[in-house]
Amino acid sequence: MRNRLFSLRQLCIAVFATLSQIAWAETDNWQLNMFKGVTPLSKDMYDLHMIAMIVCAVIGVIVFGVMIYSLIHHRKSKGYQAAHFHDNLKLEIVWSVIPFIILVVLAIPATKILMRMDDSRDADITIKVVGSQWKWQYQYLDQGISYYSNLSTPYAQIQNTQDKSQWYLLEVDKPLVLPVHKKIRFLVTSNDVVHSWWVPELGIKRDAIPGFMHEAWAIINEPGTYRGQCAELCGINHGFMPIVVNALDEQAFNQWVQAQPKVEDEYAAQTAPTVPLKDLSYETLMAKGKDKYEQICGACHKPDGTGIPPMFPALKGSSVAVGKPISRHIEMILNGISGTAMQAYKDQLTNEDIASIATYERNAWGNNTGDLVQPKDVLAVRQSNGQAPKMVNKVQAGGLR
Amino acid sequence: MSQSMAHHAAHDEHHGPAQGKGVFGFIKRWLFTTNHKDIGTLYLWLAMTSFFLAGAMALVIRAELFEPGLQFVNPNFFNQMTTMHGLIMLFGVVMPAFTGMANWQIPMMIGAPDMALPRLNNWSFWLLPFAFALLLSTMFHSGGGPNFGWTMYAPLSTKYAPASTDFMIFSVHMMGLSSIMGSINIIATILNLRAPGMNLMKMPMFVWTWLITAFLLIAIMPVLAGAVTMMLADRHFGTSFFDAAGGGDPILFQHVFWFFGHPEVYVLVLPAFGVISEVIPTFSRKPLFGYHFMVYATVSIAALSFIVWAHHMFTTGIPLGAELFFMYTTMLIAVPTGIKVFNWVSTMFKGAMTFETPMLFAIAFVFLFTIGGFTGLMLALVPADYQYQDTYFVVGHFHYVLVPGVIFSLFAATYYWLPKWTGKRYNECLGKWHFWLSVISVNITFFPMHFLGLAGMPRRIPDYALQFTNFNMVASVGAFIFGFSQLLFLYNVIHTVRKGKKVEEPVWEGAHGLEWTLSSPPPYHSFTEPPEVK
Amino acid sequence: MSMSKQTRLVSLLFGVVVFMFGFGFALVPIYNSLCKTLGINGKVTQDNSQAASGVDMSREVTVEFVATNSAAVPWAFYPNVTKVKLHPGESTRLSFYAENKTNFPMTVQAIPSVTPGLAAKYIKKTECFCFARQTLKGHEAMDMPLIFHLDPALPSKISTVTLAYTLFDVTGR
Repeated sequence: MRNRLFSLRQLCIAVFATLSQIAWAETDNWQLNMFKGVTPLSKDMYDLHMIAMIVCAVIGVIVFGVMIYSLIHHRKSKGYQAAHFHDNLKLEIVWSVIPFIILVVLAIPATKILMRMDDSRDADITIKVVGSQWKWQYQYLDQGISYYSNLSTPYAQIQNTQDKSQWYLLEVDKPLVLPVHKKIRFLVTSNDVVHSWWVPELGIKRDAIPGFMHEAWAIINEPGTYRGQCAELCGINHGFMPIVVNALDEQAFNQWVQAQPKVEDEYAAQTAPTVPLKDLSYETLMAKGKDKYEQICGACHKPDGTGIPPMFPALKGSSVAVGKPISRHIEMILNGISGTAMQAYKDQLTNEDIASIATYERNAWGNNTGDLVQPKDVLAVRQSNGQAPKMVNKVQAGGLR
Repeated sequence: MSQSMAHHAAHDEHHGPAQGKGVFGFIKRWLFTTNHKDIGTLYLWLAMTSFFLAGAMALVIRAELFEPGLQFVNPNFFNQMTTMHGLIMLFGVVMPAFTGMANWQIPMMIGAPDMALPRLNNWSFWLLPFAFALLLSTMFHSGGGPNFGWTMYAPLSTKYAPASTDFMIFSVHMMGLSSIMGSINIIATILNLRAPGMNLMKMPMFVWTWLITAFLLIAIMPVLAGAVTMMLADRHFGTSFFDAAGGGDPILFQHVFWFFGHPEVYVLVLPAFGVISEVIPTFSRKPLFGYHFMVYATVSIAALSFIVWAHHMFTTGIPLGAELFFMYTTMLIAVPTGIKVFNWVSTMFKGAMTFETPMLFAIAFVFLFTIGGFTGLMLALVPADYQYQDTYFVVGHFHYVLVPGVIFSLFAATYYWLPKWTGKRYNECLGKWHFWLSVISVNITFFPMHFLGLAGMPRRIPDYALQFTNFNMVASVGAFIFGFSQLLFLYNVIHTVRKGKKVEEPVWEGAHGLEWTLSSPPPYHSFTEPPEVK
Repeated sequence: MSMSKQTRLVSLLFGVVVFMFGFGFALVPIYNSLCKTLGINGKVTQDNSQAASGVDMSREVTVEFVATNSAAVPWAFYPNVTKVKLHPGESTRLSFYAENKTNFPMTVQAIPSVTPGLAAKYIKKTECFCFARQTLKGHEAMDMPLIFHLDPALPSKISTVTLAYTLFDVTGR
């Protein structure tokens, strides 16, 4: 009987262990501790964290132990008589000096690691990271690649009308692709407000300050996918601008670089498309427009188009969305409005995207203009913007700068 | 703490407050009072009201964060909730509450008839309801209220902020003015109106901690005023303090703000230390251990608090030398804080303790504030801080030092001194229920936040990835239990004031100090003649 | 306190207030001269003393150039050269291309930032378009020059310096 119970128990443990391994294969829903990560710095940070935690735990056990002992025994209800002592110089000195020594012991590894973090020379590859409200732009300076990385979780999941996917809020349309075993230097800045680029498993967090450039570095030692989030309140969608890093071995990385449209090509593709642009139906434009609008524009202009005036004007009934010329509406989306929070989307959205959004804005919420904006209309505005410039010599330059 | 004997001031006038008849009489009394007891009461009721208001905002936050997805509020409103919750808890609950305690207690503890500048005292209080009305009104302005966190980082708070920000700035100016004037009053009172024989090193610890806090406030409030005025100038007067386009720097804002912000958190906590140093000796029936070192430690903490501010900015790209300097100074603060904790434990050690409600809160303070202190030490280590900064680990840390730290000390102070102020006993059974519900729920709410931060959850987000769900649910449940438990406290206080059982002397067997030589309740004007202090 | 003592105290306090107010205005020239002398925040002193310092041929420093358009300023703005290898002390010239892609005149300002921060005071710019307002009519473009050298006193552990410019729109300011 006992043997059978024992084997049954073993079986249960084995099954449970297997199941839990499967369940925890990707994410730990009860994660208690920091990531060890895959870079030398992330491991250093983890080690320092563990040392500090253990030191604090030991001190806590001692101090709380004395307290608990006191609470149990030194009670009036147990008839304990209060002592009268009220100072002891030696004791005060001892418990000032010992903590000080413990602090010095903690500070030494912390200092060493900090100095390693500061050493970003001899990098193999440099990535420029630009934070905006509410997306990241990645530029590979030596390879000529530049693209925006947006949250790709559908709005319906956020609004609870659709089940949430496994990487809810931690997925993007175009992740940052990096090589393993190479020293990577990140140049971080911002387009508008202060953001912060944080990937815990890479041990990198660097604030993105508008007008300033700061650097950080990492060597990724294991291929894989690493996810992070913006770590500085930057407005409405601060929680909706994640970071996804795909670390590939060298060969795969080089292949990926080759396959990317290079900066000039991408601009050319939008302003001088090689394939003539098709016209789209009203239903297609509206469906795609609603999708894109809710994902990108809805944060400020609200899904119902009422906006948050005065900073984010209403589009419902607005003269831009209802009036003419339509090229003005398209121009605002392409070029933004200088001096306001309305960004230029010409580098982030295709002609089709902008056509859909403009069509949606002109017809939703009772705007009902019946206008259809086609991709070729957007192209026309782009091309009028993209006319060849006239070179002049008006630069203000001098010394003392 | 001092052992002092005093003879009852038999010549105290026994008239009560000058209050005329009816509603107008009531209003006039409370509007024009210059009596430190009345003004203390006003501050405390303002704090109590703000506590529930800001607490409701916290529950909105925790309700939204119960599950992933946006259920109740949109992100803009969520950001307004987090901002207002912070501003009101700091400037509307903790600071007025401790100022109210100071007003009630300091004159009585030092044998003075009132504060040194009674009319200034009245104005210091009455600024606040107007300041808060201005602040709360911002939520109803077009564009909504401030939504950039109580830390107001530029340029989110300058170029990208709603129109109501300017009203918030004016509100902050008014609150700062109130604090500065109150602090001047407290310093003048403590330095000039002590009874003969009460040397500085005989003052109760609560008086000492407030003396130091008042100096901190005078030093830092003008800095905050400077920071928000520069914000106002950037918004409307074409300046570029925090705008790189004009040669400015957003980091400048962070430096100026945190130069205020760090000593500010010591302003919040030093009076709490003072309260604990009053409560523990009474209920241990033993004098405070190491009074002199307690004073020196408090002074050290206050001095050190001025040279640690950039530990809030470790990831902003400040140079290596600065990071090392601020890491070392921040770690150093652990030494005097540790001394204080050891001294409290030594006061309890070999005492004869009883566990009435004030003592329960004080003991919980020592345990839980120390845990907050440990996470603070971990945050000081810069490389580790890179993983903690702007995550829920920080939220867990500061809520531990603020809620089971500062707020518990305010509960302890209220239960401790309410019988003295009103002459009536609070309901001890209800007090114990309040304590146990609070202490358990506070840990359920805030301890899981450390895990969330370590797992990678950032701060100030209304929605989160699925793997953070479990601990968020736990925290939200705890938060609601904690929030509703506070109604027990409110009920207890109101019931005591109106219908409590008359207290029998001595109020607390182990209590020593000039205030305990007065009747309960004390005369409206106490110590009109100075007591003798031996 | 006697009347005259009180008057003296009030006059003294009033004088302090007036002094502090004036001090606020005086801070502008004080900050300017302090920043120039200490080379803080990109305000480097004019240094034509390249000949005096000499060129350090023993090492090469890579200088990268990066351009960012703040808040989507609708201009094209990029360096014509993205990287140069320099000996400290050696002077070099390059240009940044700027084009106003709108139909209207606009004024912009380029703000520099150097990383690593320690290298900032070793970059001696003898001609630079930064911090100056640049105005272009619609669809005009220009090349903006930058002539600089690295001070040979640049610490040896710095082998890569990044000079980043952010373009801000200051039309109508």
